[in-house]
Amino acid sequence: MELIFEKSIAGRKGFDFGDPDVPSHAQIPSKYARSVDAALPEVSELDVVRHYTRLSQKNFSIDTHFYPLGSCTMKYNPKFTEALARLSGFTDLHPLLAQLSGGEQWTQGALQILYELEQWMCEMTGFSDFTMQPLAGAHGELTGIMLMAAYHKSKGNTKKKYVIIPDSAHGTNPASAAVAGYETISIPSNKDGGMDLEALKAAVNEETAGLMMTVPSTYGVFEGNISEISKIIHAVDGIMYYDGANLNAVLGRCRPGDVGFDVMHINTHKTFTTPHGGGGPGAGPVGVNQKLSKFLPISRVVKRSDGVYVLDYNYPESIGYIASFYGNFGLLVRAYAYMLMLGREGLMATTDHAVLNANYIMRKLEPYYKICFDRICMHESVFSASRQAERGVHAIDIAKFLIDQQIHPPTVYFPISVPEAIMIEPTETESKQTMDNFIDKMIEADKLSQTDPAAFREFPKTMPVTRPDEVKAARDIKTSFFLASSPTDAV
Amino acid sequence: MEIEENFLYTKEHEWVSIEDNIATMGITDYAQEALGDVTYVELPEEESEVEQFEQFVSVESVKAASDIYAPMGGKVVDVNRKLEETPALINKDCYGKGWIAKIDVRDMDESTNLMSAEEYRNYLDSLH
Amino acid sequence: MNPYITNTPQEVEQMLKAIGVEILDALFAGIAPAHRPKSFDLPKGLSEYEVMRHVTALSLKNNVHVVPFIGGGYYDHYIPTAVSSLTSRGEFYTAYTPYQPECAQGTLQALFEYQSSMCALTGMEVSNASLYDGGTALYEAMMMAIRITGRDRVIMDGGVSPIYRKILKTYTHHLSYQFEETPIVHGQSSRDEIYQRLDRDTAVVILQNPNFFGAIDDLTDIIAKAHSVGALVIVSVYPVSLGLLKTPAEMGADIVTGEGQSLGLPLNFGGPYLGFMCARKKYIRKMPGRIVGETVDSKGQRCFVNTLQAREQHIRREKATSNICTNVSLCALQAAIFMAVVGKNGLKEMAQLNLDKAEYAKQVLSKIKSVEVKRSAPTFNEFTIHLHKDASEVVAAMMKKGFAAGFPLGRYYPGMERYLLVAVTEKRTKQEIDRYAKALQEVLD
Repeated sequence: MELIFEKSIAGRKGFDFGDPDVPSHAQIPSKYARSVDAALPEVSELDVVRHYTRLSQKNFSIDTHFYPLGSCTMKYNPKFTEALARLSGFTDLHPLLAQLSGGEQWTQGALQILYELEQWMCEMTGFSDFTMQPLAGAHGELTGIMLMAAYHKSKGNTKKKYVIIPDSAHGTNPASAAVAGYETISIPSNKDGGMDLEALKAAVNEETAGLMMTVPSTYGVFEGNISEISKIIHAVDGIMYYDGANLNAVLGRCRPGDVGFDVMHINTHKTFTTPHGGGGPGAGPVGVNQKLSKFLPISRVVKRSDGVYVLDYNYPESIGYIASFYGNFGLLVRAYAYMLMLGREGLMATTDHAVLNANYIMRKLEPYYKICFDRICMHESVFSASRQAERGVHAIDIAKFLIDQQIHPPTVYFPISVPEAIMIEPTETESKQTMDNFIDKMIEADKLSQTDPAAFREFPKTMPVTRPDEVKAARDIKTSFFLASSPTDAV
Repeated sequence: MEIEENFLYTKEHEWVSIEDNIATMGITDYAQEALGDVTYVELPEEESEVEQFEQFVSVESVKAASDIYAPMGGKVVDVNRKLEETPALINKDCYGKGWIAKIDVRDMDESTNLMSAEEYRNYLDSLH
Repeated sequence: MNPYITNTPQEVEQMLKAIGVEILDALFAGIAPAHRPKSFDLPKGLSEYEVMRHVTALSLKNNVHVVPFIGGGYYDHYIPTAVSSLTSRGEFYTAYTPYQPECAQGTLQALFEYQSSMCALTGMEVSNASLYDGGTALYEAMMMAIRITGRDRVIMDGGVSPIYRKILKTYTHHLSYQFEETPIVHGQSSRDEIYQRLDRDTAVVILQNPNFFGAIDDLTDIIAKAHSVGALVIVSVYPVSLGLLKTPAEMGADIVTGEGQSLGLPLNFGGPYLGFMCARKKYIRKMPGRIVGETVDSKGQRCFVNTLQAREQHIRREKATSNICTNVSLCALQAAIFMAVVGKNGLKEMAQLNLDKAEYAKQVLSKIKSVEVKRSAPTFNEFTIHLHKDASEVVAAMMKKGFAAGFPLGRYYPGMERYLLVAVTEKRTKQEIDRYAKALQEVLD
């Protein structure tokens, strides 16, 4: 399909600004002025609508396809949350209004939402305070680690150098720790999918700043030794960080704040169904207990004794601003509406059915694919396509097969410690029919791997494109229509 | 898994061939296969000084980015510019045309820290 | 209640049987009693109707009816309806990150088009597929420059947004980089102050155009000087202004960042926004964030993929160029569509309208005795005025008259309590501007 630039015709316009109602002869002095106009597209509105409508039709999406991506929680995005997020009382609100003197009077609706979200999230997770400021899960992680660093600084713990993470951790965990200036130590998992306690004890010492983990782990297994682990870390005044990516598995069943965690982040685009948007925007609210609350970023939303919600910047030990404003408000409205609708029972049912669905798929696929841990899983299960790989069919090939079956593949090759990993998370919003169809297709893939493994190389063959040449993309870099591709210029 | 008999090797899968005080180095067949198709090589600056086992090159593929360490300390006197145009040389001929850099060796005794071809072969076996 | 769970009681039975447990609770037997919640006291769920009513009422408690003359980096621009209608398509907004390119060519091509348009707009050779917002994008650019040069001193011009400066400070607080801020002189960057501090330890000079006070400049000389000592230069820019203003590429910038909210994104009380980053091609491997590249499939057809992923967190982990996982894909899509609808000529026209309306506003405001319009430097659509009263008080009074009169600079600049930053976009009618001036006169008297 052509690029929008290839559809341009010189002089074509998509939008009419109307005639100016003020004198129109202001000029930018020539030394400050642009010499050549920006080569943006020159197309009609109809061209734009056709182009992007047709592009959209090339995507898989939750609205069109089953998306059992482990670790991503691709649950249905309810339409009413979209309608609410688009209300002009939210979309047209300038963020700086709240910072004017007396600004709370013009922004009460927004401030109330931020405040109530904090209350809900505290009760759901067992923490005393939350900030809505981080703009994505990874951003929340980084904020959490900065809070950890601020804590150690205030306590004079100058020797803290390392953050411990399990080998099953998501890549953002060590990356976030590194960005914050820590080195990471990786701890292996034991044969049950939990953390190897002996290895942990051996690695923990005065230089341990803290530990980052998710419960259940990325193996889909609940960490039974969580209290032990917290004790070990707290004994050296380390901070326990909870990666909330898997929160969908424990709502109403376990609260990270109750089992020894000091700080966590939530991925609203996972648990609270704010839309993935093709890769963002997201939101990563961060919760803390009393140990860390004074370091939270500012501003914070406070409810005065007269019931008015205000922004408070008076936290002398705060780490400061980690983003420009109060969080991705447009997404937080959706999360808020979702929580209100679900309520206590609805949130608990979410976890119940997410776990039920994942276990159902696991048991049905067990005869065909090697499971990693023979125990009840939580909201996701991890398989290894090692049997199929012996026949020459790898996890990626099974993924491409599924695309031709109009199913988005599960996560593959994560966690990295499992060879040929396939991680499946159906979520609670998928029906038994959808799951049965998926199971059938996975069984078909296994059969085909025995009868005709070579066939997989052609998959997918029903999509607008076949397997792209990723090596060429990295060697002959072309990231803009206006850039001639050539490998030699890169430094 | 190919191994050149006359070269010396490091635990990080670099090979080195020393002649007239110049150490020519690259990565081994094991390393290039693990990386997959090489898409880019970040070469060191000529005339730069490097310590033995110090990271001084980076090799990227679609699925990984690998740090490469100097097998001997000294001054970098030549780099294989052909890798800028054709990084795939590392996959096709890692011990020959896929050489990465030449180092003017500071201290020849450092070669005792390296493995012979046989030792490297045993080391590779132990990894599995 | 959760109407999105489809399992009927019969289906639950069937599934439990297949799993081999009697009741659903058995699936949670692995959670010891000691690990169960101490409390889970949340309100009862509501129906869709009840939630709609409650949240709509909250939206009405926000005052979006004042006429906005407030900017500070975030602007009330008109968003063509086609933009929101296209990004509302479920195929776009409920899609996932394009890790499986064959089923994501819609998102991938749109992001490639976004990258291309950003390059056209800024004049730079390469762009990534977006970062969280303008402030965090500036932080990422700073870290990129530090990585590239291997140096640790940063010079930040006083004209850079104070909000961005706060973010940079938070991020680098515990890291060992040296920061120096230079003052603004006569509204623009002070060459003397910058050159005094520039030396071979300087990694990067950070500039903004237009600067926070609205002034525009030609930064070519500063950039050349920075390059002469081997330092890089980042320029943070306002995209709509690039319809008319000299591009940072023409000035010689190495990295360009900024806030893309003005490219078709609503104000949304602070987010989601759009951080953009563009750079010289030679630095592409040092760029954080996702990047979409063009390639071919096995049949030779052109297609698009996430490329250079070896830099990113899911592969490089602790050695990644950044910890970033998400870009703001949907926002980048919105901006791409906006730039396509408005187009080459439209952006220029839009910029001209902004300039004209602001110039008209300046004229009208200059007629008010107690208002001094600062004219030390030319401006685009935002400018500073000096009042004889505290600007916050004036703004509060103006809100009662139906105008968000501007942003009082005293909020971030002690000593500037009588200065007001006024923004005028293409949406402001002549009538609104006249009434604004009249109201301001009344408040000041």
